[in-house]
Amino acid sequence: MATTTPVGTLYRGGEGMWTWVLHRITGVGVFFFLFVHVLDTALVRVSPEAYDIVIATYKTPIVALLEVGLVGAVLFHALNGLRVIAVDFWSKGPRFQRQMTWGIAAVWLVVMIPGAYYMLMHSIEALFGSTP
Amino acid sequence: MAAVVEETVVPETEVPVATDVTFRIRRFLPDVDEDAHWEDYTVALFPTDRVLTALEKIKGELDGTLSFRRSCGHGICGSDAMRINGRNRLACKTLVKDLDIKKPITVEPIKGLPVEKDMIVDMEPFFAAYRQVLPFLIPEGHEPTRERLQSAEDRARFDDTTKCILCAACTTSCPVYWTDGQYFGPAAMVAAHRFIFDSRDSGFEQRLEVLNDKEGVWRCRTTFNCTDACPRGIQVTKAIQEVKRALIFRRV
Repeated sequence: MATTTPVGTLYRGGEGMWTWVLHRITGVGVFFFLFVHVLDTALVRVSPEAYDIVIATYKTPIVALLEVGLVGAVLFHALNGLRVIAVDFWSKGPRFQRQMTWGIAAVWLVVMIPGAYYMLMHSIEALFGSTP
Repeated sequence: MAAVVEETVVPETEVPVATDVTFRIRRFLPDVDEDAHWEDYTVALFPTDRVLTALEKIKGELDGTLSFRRSCGHGICGSDAMRINGRNRLACKTLVKDLDIKKPITVEPIKGLPVEKDMIVDMEPFFAAYRQVLPFLIPEGHEPTRERLQSAEDRARFDDTTKCILCAACTTSCPVYWTDGQYFGPAAMVAAHRFIFDSRDSGFEQRLEVLNDKEGVWRCRTTFNCTDACPRGIQVTKAIQEVKRALIFRRV
């Protein structure tokens, strides 16, 4: 009998599925950062001048935004990692997984809102002049 | 006189009215279609009607080629698991009043198994995984001359996982199962849990070999799609987590 390959339409999963998707995306993202980070640090062995040039580009506002993204990704990955550990090892973990998801979302926002402000302050000053 | 008439009048809002509901159905007829495609059907339904009723109306009144599995129609046989509005549900347990009928209701076959025709998928890979976890009682020693007794507490230990009807809603809601067909899937884990935590069973070591496999219990990424999809309300992820811990600590 003829069959068709499974249809690639989206499954409407719950918080659990989307945190899992985000966990993967942030995991791969952080890996690529580490890859680049090893490369830029290794540059100092090539020549200190080349290293300085690369590090200077990191002071631009775009890289500052990327840094905020990096902190956000690492923070989410860390918090959700703790949640997944709790789901596997805490006997009540599966029952409270949804509450834990909203909990990590709250912690993430509480850390990221002031965090992003302080991280971007320098770029905002550089772009729009000094703040009082 | 007039007062009597007024008393017998049923307020208009309480009279159930059949409303037109549109269903957007993923069709695939292997003899005609190259590929699956969407088709819309509109039928008049009461809010208390089931999605299964709608499919039967469509098949009976609009398009006789529509194919789907159904048997008991009461959420026991597990034949009519399908993806309704993007989530795995039993068509016979999903009522129209619980769906947003302002938009078309999408109905698709369950994901991750080969589609043979419309809602009908090849369930063999699903049952093959089920068989692999040895879903039967493996007793130890000689057969007793009387019943194998069990305390109420011991029975309660695996009560949740006895409810499974093998509809495949959980397994086909699992993102790991979609991409890795070798993974046993949640339903097989539920079946394993049913016997591992049965005090009369001693097949733990045999099942351990299967479940500890790289396509076994460790593939579970705790997305909770299975728990949300289960029409029997089984805490599937919790059952898998209990099997994981039993494997780690070698203790049931």
